[in-house]
Amino acid sequence: MLKEIFNLTLLQHTIRTATPIILAALGGLLTQHTGMLNIGMEGMILLGAFFGVLGSYFFGSSLMGVLLASLVGVIIGLIFAIFVVELKSDEFIVAIAINMFASGLTVFLLRSIFGVKGAFSSPDIVPLPRVNFSFLENVNFLDKIFNNHSIFVYISWILVALIYIYLYKTPQGIWLRASGEYPEALLTAGVSAKKMKYKSSIYCGVLCGFAGAHLSLGYLTLFSENMSANRGFIAVAAIIFGKANPIMTFIAALMFGFFDALGIRLQVVGVPSQFTQMIPYIATIVALFIVTNRQLQKHKKSKGERELA
Amino acid sequence: MAEKLIELKNISKQFPGVLANSNVNLTINKGEIHAIIGENGAGKTTLMNILYGLYEPTQGEIFIDGKKAVIKSPLDAIKQGIGMVHQHFMLLPSLSVAENVVLGSEPKKKKFFMDYDKAIEITKNLAQKYGFKVDPREKIEALSVGVQQRVEILKVLYRGADILILDEPTAVLTPQETDELFNVIRKLVSDMNKTVIIITHKLQEVLAISDRVSVMRQGKLIGTLPTQQADAKILTEMMVGKEVLFHDLHREKVSGEKVLEVKDIKAKDNRGLTVLNGVSFSLRAGEILGVAGVEGNGQSELVEVLTGLRNLEDGDYFINGKKITDVNPSNMRNLGISHVPEDRLTMGLSKEASLWENLLMGLQHKKPFVVKKIHLNKKKIFERTDNLIKEYDIRAIDRYMKVKKLSGGNMQKVVIAREFSFDSPILIIAQPTRGVDVGATEFIHNQIMRKRNEGAAILLVSAELDEIMRLSDRIITIYEGSITGEFKNKEVTKQTLGLYMTGKQNKLKGSEDN
Ligand SMILES: Nc1ncnc2c1ncn2[C@@H]1O[C@H](COP(=O)(O)OP(=O)(O)OP(=O)(O)O)[C@@H](O)[C@H]1O
Ligand SMILES: [Mg+2]
Repeated sequence: MLKEIFNLTLLQHTIRTATPIILAALGGLLTQHTGMLNIGMEGMILLGAFFGVLGSYFFGSSLMGVLLASLVGVIIGLIFAIFVVELKSDEFIVAIAINMFASGLTVFLLRSIFGVKGAFSSPDIVPLPRVNFSFLENVNFLDKIFNNHSIFVYISWILVALIYIYLYKTPQGIWLRASGEYPEALLTAGVSAKKMKYKSSIYCGVLCGFAGAHLSLGYLTLFSENMSANRGFIAVAAIIFGKANPIMTFIAALMFGFFDALGIRLQVVGVPSQFTQMIPYIATIVALFIVTNRQLQKHKKSKGERELA
Repeated sequence: MAEKLIELKNISKQFPGVLANSNVNLTINKGEIHAIIGENGAGKTTLMNILYGLYEPTQGEIFIDGKKAVIKSPLDAIKQGIGMVHQHFMLLPSLSVAENVVLGSEPKKKKFFMDYDKAIEITKNLAQKYGFKVDPREKIEALSVGVQQRVEILKVLYRGADILILDEPTAVLTPQETDELFNVIRKLVSDMNKTVIIITHKLQEVLAISDRVSVMRQGKLIGTLPTQQADAKILTEMMVGKEVLFHDLHREKVSGEKVLEVKDIKAKDNRGLTVLNGVSFSLRAGEILGVAGVEGNGQSELVEVLTGLRNLEDGDYFINGKKITDVNPSNMRNLGISHVPEDRLTMGLSKEASLWENLLMGLQHKKPFVVKKIHLNKKKIFERTDNLIKEYDIRAIDRYMKVKKLSGGNMQKVVIAREFSFDSPILIIAQPTRGVDVGATEFIHNQIMRKRNEGAAILLVSAELDEIMRLSDRIITIYEGSITGEFKNKEVTKQTLGLYMTGKQNKLKGSEDN
């Protein structure tokens, strides 16, 4: 039985299920660096999934689906930034509003545009292209694990590297981090901290749009109500677990993807789905507990750090 | 006739509830060192922030080189050749010195990437040119305030500013560092045609460095005069509006018990290097023990160890003869220690919180300010808040004002007021009058002496030797984490202390032998 659970399909699934979490978490870590914790990613992913399907269906092109999903991401990112940066609203409240808005809007549009309840699928929705590297085909296990994924799987890996370079090797990245750490210091150096916060929020919107499009156009081509299924929140956990470092966050997201995939494998061998669906969340809670506990210990050790009891 | 460089015309700034600047007319000449002085809250920082584009004036215009200048953001100011070193540092703690210096206009390679090596080189060269000792790779958070100050100045110089605004740059410097800074300023003006505006509370500095001096009082510019025509008495009168008399401090004979003692204590700094190398001393009730030392020789860490903020690596710590095993902040507070930290913004205050909340801290869980452990008794709290505001002359709009909106000196008064109000038997005080005006300094000195006369045991750490010599009963000198000497006050000269503080006491002995 163990063989049936721990096989190459498990790893293949890991990569697949981790991708939307990776994409969203990459966006969320950018806003995290500018001092905004964005739990609105959940809603942003959902909107991305819906508008991905919409674009692909009407224009007959998955690229148009992705573009539409990103455009909606830009708009929602902008709205988030306007409320948080300009109007100084509480970021949690704004994010929760975005999540509720997204789930309501998609249900509403699903009915009014496609005239269906629950889910919409059609052969006219063009899926995202799959990628096959012929040089991998020779080695069976590499072929099974890494080949024939939807294109965003590979894009997400490239983005991990790009965002790492952006954050730590470019002036813009330094400004982005500075705008969260000490905005006044950045301002007096002649760079607008507000602008950096806006940028991060918009990037986050786009990346969540990608995550959504990957969900609805990557493997299955369909949209179903609340299909983001808490991936936005798991992404937040991955960011915290990875301390907003792109590489660490990537690893954390892969780990959550692994537990997700493990749940599916267990279901295949007959474990009740009520239990298997809990696995990713239990893993999240355990992981967060470990991280915060470790931070607490560290904190206790370096009491010299500037803080009064 | 001197050439006019900057003209501020009729500048006013209204904050909710305070008119911080009121019809200010100020002219800065090309190539001069212009000092601006005034009491805490007089509006000096506000005026300079307007010139630097951080605040928009409610009214008034700025002319640079005779042309009307539109300065809406710091970027505009930088473009006009203005650079500013702020009263409270604008450095990113997690970044390195070099990254901070070039922040905002980083050297690039391949158009897109930060050229880190170049940034290090630039910083190194600049530091060398002006004789600053800084390691470009060091993180800001590991540096002492004195070094941070230098980084701030390098930042401004890197941008090639022609007009330098220095807002209380000497408040955190030792006398030696101040001398060094003044040499740099003179060099900048004479060799490189720069213009400098400097704010300070120390009148001897004004007289030493400036060409002209402007005095502000309650938002207004009272007058500008050539420094040659000024002396401390004239300036003080202009600042305060009346003559200020300095009385000798009244020192009562108190002979108290030994309340605090440390034996051979050791501690490490933030980088993990040993900074306290076996320090021993004791402190009696009714005594002020001054710790004299050049910044960065372990005195900051000593204060942190005594207040429980830093790990005690080794050695023994006794309070009232009892050995303390668990040295942590809340425990030390419960044992009767009050702490005035050297850096008011990171350790002394919560700047986003209000005045009343800041003044309450430490008592929030104590009767009568809390009822049934969960409900704050606002009436009692506000009564106390208002009394402290009055007693310590904290200039604020009301008790609800966020602390970050207070002027620098008034923030300091908030910390002093809170810590002194606890009536603790032990006071650990670091840099009590940093950024505080003459009148308030006098007031704080009187309060410290009152505490002593009432029987408190006081440890005083200060970069101002004058302050230490004025207040202390006994003085210890600290150098590279060890105590190099102990003296009864009045039996030691500034020169001798200076030698002990720099580890050159052997020279003294040598000359005595001869
Ligand atoms: N952002 C702000 N909002 C409201 N009031 C402010 C703000 N900044 C300054 N003030 C008020 O304006 C007045 C002038 O403050 P300012 O900081 O200019 O004084 P200062 O002369 O620099 O004093 P110090 O010597 O203590 O630094 C003070 O009463 C202060 O409380
Ligand atoms: Mg000021």
